[in-house]
Amino acid sequence: MSSILFVFSRPPHGSINAQEGLDALLMGSAFTTCSVLFVGDGLMQLVSGQSTDDLGTKNFSLSFGALKDYGVTGIACSEPDLVARGLNKDDFLIEVETLNAAGMQAFIRNHDKVLNF
Amino acid sequence: MNFAMVVHGAPYSSEACLSALKFARAVLESGHSINRVFFYHDGVHTANSLIAPPQDEAPISEQWQEFGIGNNIELIACIASCLRRGVMDETEANRYEKSGSNLASGFTISGLGQLIDASISADRVVTFGV
Repeated sequence: MSSILFVFSRPPHGSINAQEGLDALLMGSAFTTCSVLFVGDGLMQLVSGQSTDDLGTKNFSLSFGALKDYGVTGIACSEPDLVARGLNKDDFLIEVETLNAAGMQAFIRNHDKVLNF
Repeated sequence: MNFAMVVHGAPYSSEACLSALKFARAVLESGHSINRVFFYHDGVHTANSLIAPPQDEAPISEQWQEFGIGNNIELIACIASCLRRGVMDETEANRYEKSGSNLASGFTISGLGQLIDASISADRVVTFGV
């Protein structure tokens, strides 16, 4: 069965891409082995303490906590992008593996298909 | 080679929708096959039959319909994306008590499982509009 890597590169609330990407990941994990890689502003999706009360949109970030329950165990992010945004792993809602450029290449290569969001 | 295609961009708003169509034609012309085209995010606007572009612009949605019907290729529009954006077949329009349906012929509304299924079974997945 093909494994699928989901790559999330968009910030969480400026568009619905991040939310619909997470929906696709949760659905995918019901069918096959799925992992997720956060790159660029996609890392902002993981920051804890998000509130959308003033935006009037759904705070879907809470669903990231369910990834492990859905069997999504491969959860990684770009270390260069983490550093560039002044973030560290303690800022995140969930435990995430950090990967350098070579690590990301290997991570991507380790999957059969890649879906970008 | 068997391709799955994913379209995220809306016609006219994004170049992705038309690029995807040109890619799809090239895939078949090159002797390859397409197992499914999955329209997600704003890509589901492609399935809106009420789109009426100016006469000097390409009728992108109609071209997708002709491509899908003419080549017997599944054009699936994600149901969750469709409902958020007001693209409905008769069943959904009745379910949500809307004044009318607008799903273009050649398109089918279905769930995200179709995206995953197509991705698993294809040799390659190509996404347009991210």
